[in-house]
Order: sequence, then structure tokens, then C-alpha cells
Amino acid sequence: MSAQAALSPRDASTTLLRREQARALTNRVLAMSAADQTRVTVISSWSGNTRFADASITTSGSATDTSVTVTATIGRRRASATTNVLDDPSLRRTVELAAQLARLAPEDPELMGELGPQSYATVSAFVESTADLDPESRAAAVRSAVDAAATAGKLAAAVFTAGFLEANARVVAVATSKGLFAYHGTTDANFSMTARTRDNTGSGWASAGARDWAAVDPSAIGRIAAQKAVASRNPEAIAPGLYTAVLEPQAVNDLVPLLAGAFNARTADEGRSPFSKPGGGTRIGEKVVDERVTLYSDPADPALLGQPFDADGLPVGRTVWIDKGILKNLAYSRFWAEKQAKQPTGNATLAGGLALTGGTKSTEELIAGCERGILVTHFFYIRSLEPRTVLVTGLTRDGAFLIEKGKITKALKNFRWNESPLLMLNRLEDIGRPERTAAGRLMPALRISRFDFSSSSEAV
Amino acid sequence: MSPTRRAFIKTTAATAAALAVHPDLRLDPLAQTLAAPGADPLVVSLANDTLEVARSAGASYADVRIGRYRRQAIATRERQVTSVTDGESYGLGVRTLVDGCWGFAATSTMSRTGTRTAALEAVAIAKSAKAVQRRRVELAPVKPVLGTWITPVRKDPIEVPLEERIALLLATNEAALKVKGVQFVNSSVQILREVKTLVTSEGTSVTQTLIRVGPAFSATAVGGGDFQTFEEELAPRGEGWDYVESLNMPGNAERWASIAAEKLTAKSVEPGTYDLILEPTNLWLTIHESIGHPTELDRVLGEEANYAGTSFVAPPEKMIGMLRYGPPIMNIQADRTQEGSLSRIAWDDEGVPADRWLLVEKGIFKDYQTTREQAARIQKLTGVVRSHGCSFAESWNAVQFQRMPNVSLLPGEQDFSVNDIIAATDRGILIRNRGSWSIDHQRYNFQFSGQAFYEVRGGKVVGMLRDVAYQSNTPVFWNSMDMIGGPSSYWMGGAFNDGKGEPAQSNSVSHGAVPARFRNVTILNTKRNA
Repeated sequence: MSAQAALSPRDASTTLLRREQARALTNRVLAMSAADQTRVTVISSWSGNTRFADASITTSGSATDTSVTVTATIGRRRASATTNVLDDPSLRRTVELAAQLARLAPEDPELMGELGPQSYATVSAFVESTADLDPESRAAAVRSAVDAAATAGKLAAAVFTAGFLEANARVVAVATSKGLFAYHGTTDANFSMTARTRDNTGSGWASAGARDWAAVDPSAIGRIAAQKAVASRNPEAIAPGLYTAVLEPQAVNDLVPLLAGAFNARTADEGRSPFSKPGGGTRIGEKVVDERVTLYSDPADPALLGQPFDADGLPVGRTVWIDKGILKNLAYSRFWAEKQAKQPTGNATLAGGLALTGGTKSTEELIAGCERGILVTHFFYIRSLEPRTVLVTGLTRDGAFLIEKGKITKALKNFRWNESPLLMLNRLEDIGRPERTAAGRLMPALRISRFDFSSSSEAV
Repeated sequence: MSPTRRAFIKTTAATAAALAVHPDLRLDPLAQTLAAPGADPLVVSLANDTLEVARSAGASYADVRIGRYRRQAIATRERQVTSVTDGESYGLGVRTLVDGCWGFAATSTMSRTGTRTAALEAVAIAKSAKAVQRRRVELAPVKPVLGTWITPVRKDPIEVPLEERIALLLATNEAALKVKGVQFVNSSVQILREVKTLVTSEGTSVTQTLIRVGPAFSATAVGGGDFQTFEEELAPRGEGWDYVESLNMPGNAERWASIAAEKLTAKSVEPGTYDLILEPTNLWLTIHESIGHPTELDRVLGEEANYAGTSFVAPPEKMIGMLRYGPPIMNIQADRTQEGSLSRIAWDDEGVPADRWLLVEKGIFKDYQTTREQAARIQKLTGVVRSHGCSFAESWNAVQFQRMPNVSLLPGEQDFSVNDIIAATDRGILIRNRGSWSIDHQRYNFQFSGQAFYEVRGGKVVGMLRDVAYQSNTPVFWNSMDMIGGPSSYWMGGAFNDGKGEPAQSNSVSHGAVPARFRNVTILNTKRNA
């Protein structure tokens, strides 16, 4: 077709809204609104992904989209409507729908007015090379990971590999009728891979993620996944029970962020959280975990690079949740902060990432210091059992190993476990140095005593 | 004809008047449900143009989906509305096959330039996939089809006045707050209307309007330094607002909330081995996790190995016709035609007509869930040439792949009720509604909880228990099933959002079940001291 020559491939740099384009769009929408207060949120996104199994790419695709959410406030009533159809009639219909829904909604006694102009920390979280990761480069990365796994897997004759590479770029703009305008761009790339031995007795996994694709090494991921698969062959069952556990950083990354939900100040004040004080109030100021543990969120931290504002445009800064074992802060919404005479934190764990710091050792050193225990690669299918203690259940996956006298001695069958990230941090034997486990996450390896491995699983 | 249907017909005139507000939807006088809107000629033209560009650029096969998704959610707590949201998403996804490799691209830029660019990109992506290809994609045959279809509903939930929907939720909360000790109540409803046009390079052109509703209710009682929550199992369905009304949430909420208060004083369970009686409101999820997922062929073939996992029902040549999944009273049916179910369609996202087939027959594993490219891979083992029609994408911006159809435990021949099962049980625990759930990546070891637990002694319910979870291994568990309910005890639950795939996509799926008894199951106590 003659039209084809005029069409050029898309990438993030041509499809994402720049700051001035976003401002023009939010202004256009704000001008359409007759509500008492209006907030407009624009999300413009690109993603490119490649999925593979059995050394073949199974699906690969890309998608671009821009959506506009209008939040209308009339008196104390509020509602929102979203569309990704950006012509004037559709935007006007969405503005009117938001107002109509708001008029129908009952008055909200907890409603907070929209914010006026704010100032934000500058966070450079957008990496062009991540946003431009084209399908050929993704296929080449997959090729190198599959080849590295094939080489490392030769010890087990051959390995089956499956995995996923995804690059995302997005910009978020928030504007209000009171003059607030916030704009932030971010990228992330993630590559994860599972290797399984052909006899189906061994399985390994590795993953890496970062804002900058250059920080991800696909062949290292392929190699580690295959090495784990080979090492985990023919696992032995040992009796379930309480064992010392050495959790690799990815396993810690599966558990510790579950605490984010428990950092809600309101549920603590209402008596529904592990941080509720018996008889009323919160446990702020009390020692809640081992004194070697510090846990914080900070969008401006160069290792986290989060978003410096939350959904309503409130600036999000550094929030230390736990400082050397002491509960320092909880997450206060603007409403609850006003009610409790506190500073609002906004949705700090979502916007600001999460880092657990306090140690300097490597995972190997934590293993070397273990008399008898179980090394865990990562966890799967974690579900809440008891919110009051953050007790959860789940399974080990892709490599559980017995440690004896500081050395890995054999592969173990997987376990189901019942454990709480909060209670577990009170049984800390040792803590490793923080490592980037995903974009916006820093987690160390941990050695935990009396981890509750409650039943055995046949799953490989 | 069911009583509700008889009652409905009496009020048809009033319903028709209420529906007159929406110009595209009118009542079908024969079916008493809304008639399927026709395809939008502009949408079909844009889809065909995109298809042609993909073909010209080198695709041996291509399909184009244009979807317009309208999602609404209303959430309330106690006496206030916490959020009302409305989302519209419109766009196009084009999938191409070049030299046996797939490529996919999606855009919300719905101009000819925008969609042609996506078509070319999908072809370029398919070509780049050649760098990592061991196996060529082969598609099972399907007859081209033209048509339109709509989920049979009497009231399109989007068109029901918002005031009416909010009033129903707030009346529900008010009723629950009457219960002493109940301090927190949440009720909500989510609604999806999906209008989807699919055209394929093999000549299929179909437009479907799919409607789903998902109501929810929970109450939390506080007392004695403790809190306990009860969630009622309000099954999401592929139905209209008339279904939500039929649940009578305001009339039942006080009874539901009183269960939360009752849990505060329930006896903490003594861990051990018990006979377990599972109501359909609990068992549907166990079916979903321990039968639905392991019989997905993509898991069996390793395509989900990096995310949701693989399956113990592998390899196919050692399983089909050989694996004893459970006792002879166990028949598990997959069905995308089932009335009111979430995954009901007329054609799947490859244009394959909806199917109904047995996964497990008299306890023996028989067949998997398939798409066109998968059916070809096990055809010699099953003798089934066609795809079972399990292709689904959550949105225009996501590629279609194998997703779960409705998977259900069929009733037993004898019409036992749950009370008959209780009466036949000497020492057991009865569980209602779903609680926490977790299962390993090959679907062996699972641990499920519930919302309400009752101790059964000598054929009678003797009291309430708490902190209960059951833990077992899939084949052991199903083979321990020795008594099931009959046709009158059948009930259909479901999940509005079931995740799978990378990038993760959400699917809606229903599961019918009857009450059933399982012998000698491990029961854990989930209480820990802070």
C-alpha cells in the first residue's frame, strides 16, 4: 500500500506526551469543567514486551495509550470518569459525566479540597534507552539469555527455558482547577527467566529490574536460572518444621513490601492493624522489629527513583517507616492527617519505592554463617492469613537448598510456609547489603531463625 | 420456567419502559432480554483496513480486535460512598503471523494512520521474533463466521440510574450496622460492558457485547481486643442489574453481618485431621485452583513456567485417559455456553464458537483447555481437531491467549443436600465462602480457608469455629471425595479478576459446584500471637 511508506515505527519518544503537551491537554480539559473543583490526571504510556518458552518467542507486542481522568467536586460530592478518546466531544462528555456522577454521589464528610500549586523534588527516572527498547533488541536479549542458559544447563543435558522481558515508559500529569500542575516521567525494564531441567526434577529462576535497561544483564539472568535448575535436581524431602532460613534478596522482596499495607495510620488508629496500640492509638515510637532494620520510602533516592507526588498531586518526600527497629511513621492520608494533627505522607510506599537497609554482607556470607538452615530463592502465591499479625502463607519456588555448617549440601523439595514479615524481622540472625531487586526496590538477603516451613510440596 | 422468570414476565412492560433510555439497546420480545446491537460499520471498516495492511506487509494470518470497554465501580463504607468511577477505553489490537511467529501491536490512536502503523509494527515484531524460534505456530481449523451476540440481560447495569445503585448499597450497609459490634461495613459493585469486534484474515467478522456485574459485601465486628470480618460470597456473573437485585443485599445484610459478630466468640479450631464438608460457596475456588488451572494446556506445555507455573497434569501423553483425578462420582465440565456465567460468549477471541466438554469424566482426566494453536498440538491424543475456544484478551491493548472457561463440578445422581451430607458425617468441619487461598506452581500443595466454619459432631452442626485453614495435595484431596450433593444443591460462584500471563491479564470465570465431603483432611490453626 502506498500509505505504508509514510508510516514510521512508534516508540516512546514519539508517542508519550511531553510536559507542555500534557499541560495543554490538562488546560483544555479544565476549561471544559464547570464543577466547583476539578482535577485532571493524564497518563500516557508505552510498553514493549517479549515472552518466550522452549527457546521460542511465544508472544511479543507493544501498546500505546493515553488516558484522561476527570475528578469533579461539587460541594462535598466527588466522582471521577476516565476516557482514552481524546477528541473534544469525548473529553467534554467525560467532564460532564464526572460532574453528573459527582452530583449523584452522597456528600463525603471526609472530602479534602483539591490542592493548589506545589513544588516537587526533581527526580530523573526516565531513561531514553529503556523507552526505545525495540523488538529486535528485545529478541537479541532473549537470545543471549537462552544461549547462556543452554551453556550453563549442559550439566543437566539440557534445560527448558521460559521468560519475559518488558520495557515500560510512562508520563503522569496531574492538574487542578486551583492551579496545581505536576508532571513526572518514568521508565522501567524487567527481565525474568525460569529454567527447568528436562527430567522435570530441577527448576531455577532469576530476575532483574531497573529504571535503566542498561543495568539489566540478560545473559547473567539466563546463566543463574540454569545453574539453579541444575543444582536443584532430584530434591530431597525433609520434615516440615521450624528452620533457620536464608532468604535471597528476591525472596525478601516478596515478603517485606507486604508491610506497606500495614503502615496505614487510619487502620492502626481504628484498632485493626499490627501497629494498633492495645487500648487505642498507634505504636509509633515503639520497637517493632530488630534494631538492625531500617525501612524507608523516598522517591528522590537515586537507588529508588520514585514519583515525587501521589494521585492528588501531594508532594511525597522521604518517609522513614522503621528506624533501627523503632516504628517512626505511618502513612497519613490528607484527611486522617488533619484529623490526627499530623503531616500527610500521601501514598508514600506506592510513590516512593521501598528500601530495607542496615547490613553490609553478601548472601554468600549469610550462608557461610549458617549452621543448619534452608536457602530460599524466591516465594510464590502469597496470601494473607491474619491481618493483625501480617501472617501470610505461600510456597518456596525454583530452588530451596539445605545449608549445613555454612555450605549448601543438597537440594530440597519445596515447602509451604506460614510466616509474618513483621514477626520474622524480630527473629533476625543476620542482614545482608541492600540490592536492587526491581525498579524502586532495595532489599537485602536475610537470615531468619525459626521460619515456619509448615508442609512439603511436590511441585518442582 | 423458574419462579423468577415467571415473576419477570409479569413486569416486562415496566422493564421495557426503563430500558427505553438507551437507543442502542432494545428488548428482544422473544427472549425477554436485550437484543444484540449490530456492528458499527465504521469500526468494521477500520478493522478490515488494518487487516489488509497487515496482509500486504507479509502476514500469513492476521486478526484485528477493536474493543470499547466501559467499566464502572461504586464502593461504599458504612454510611458513605468512598468512590464512584467510570472508565472508557477504546482501541485496536492487531495480531499477525509471519513465518510461524506471532507479533502484536495495539493503539488507542483510532485513525487510519494510527491503526495502519500498528499493523506494520505487528508485522515487524513478528519478523523480529524469528531470531528466537524453535517451533512454528500451526492453527487448528475454524469455519469463518459472521454475527452479533449480547450477554442475555434484562437490565444493562450501566443504564440503571446511579442513585438507584448507590441506594441499594447504602441500604445494605445500614442493615448490617444494626448488628451489635459491627463497626465497619463495605459494599461495592463493579460493572463491565465490553463491545468487541473481531475480524480475521480467514473471513470471520463478529461483534459481541459482553456484560458482567460483580457485587461484594463485608462486615467487620470489633470486640474484646479482636476484630473479625465476614465476606458474603456474592458471585459475580455474566448477567445484568436484575441479578444484583435478585440477591436482596439490603434484606440479607443483617444476617451476614451477624456472622462477623458471631466469629468473635467462636472457638479456635483444634488442629488435626477432620472430614471436611465444603459448601459450593467455598468449593468453587478450590475447583478453580486445583482443576481449572492445572488443565490449562499452556501451563502443561511450559508457556507459563516463568509466571503462574506449570502443571502436574503433564505430559499430555501420560495423562489423557490415564490420570485418576478423583472418584467415579467426579465429573468436571468446561463450558463457555453456561447461562449467567462469566466466561460465556458466542465466539472466543479467535472466532471459535463457544464449546462445552468434559475435562474429567467419572474421575478420569480426559481433555485440556485449548486455543487454535494449542489444539493442533494434542489432536492426536484427544482426537479433537477443533480448538475448545479458550482464547481471550482482557482488552484491546493485550494479546489474546489461553484463558480458563467456566469449569464446574457436576451434581451427583442422588439429590443430596448439604444437610444430608452433615447428617452422614460423624466428626467434621463445614466451611462456607472463600477465605485465604494459596497453591503451588504445579498445583499440588494447597491451603485454603473460608469465611465461616462449623464443627460437625454425630451428624449435627454443634458450634462455630475460627482460625481454620485446610491443607492438602490435589490428587489426594479429590480422591478423598466420597459424597456430593445433587442437582438441587448446585450453585455457581466465580472470579471477576483471575490473573495469568505476562504481562498479567485478568479473566472472568465462573465455577459451578455442589456441596461435597472430603475424608481425613489436614486442618491448621492460623492464629498467631502478635
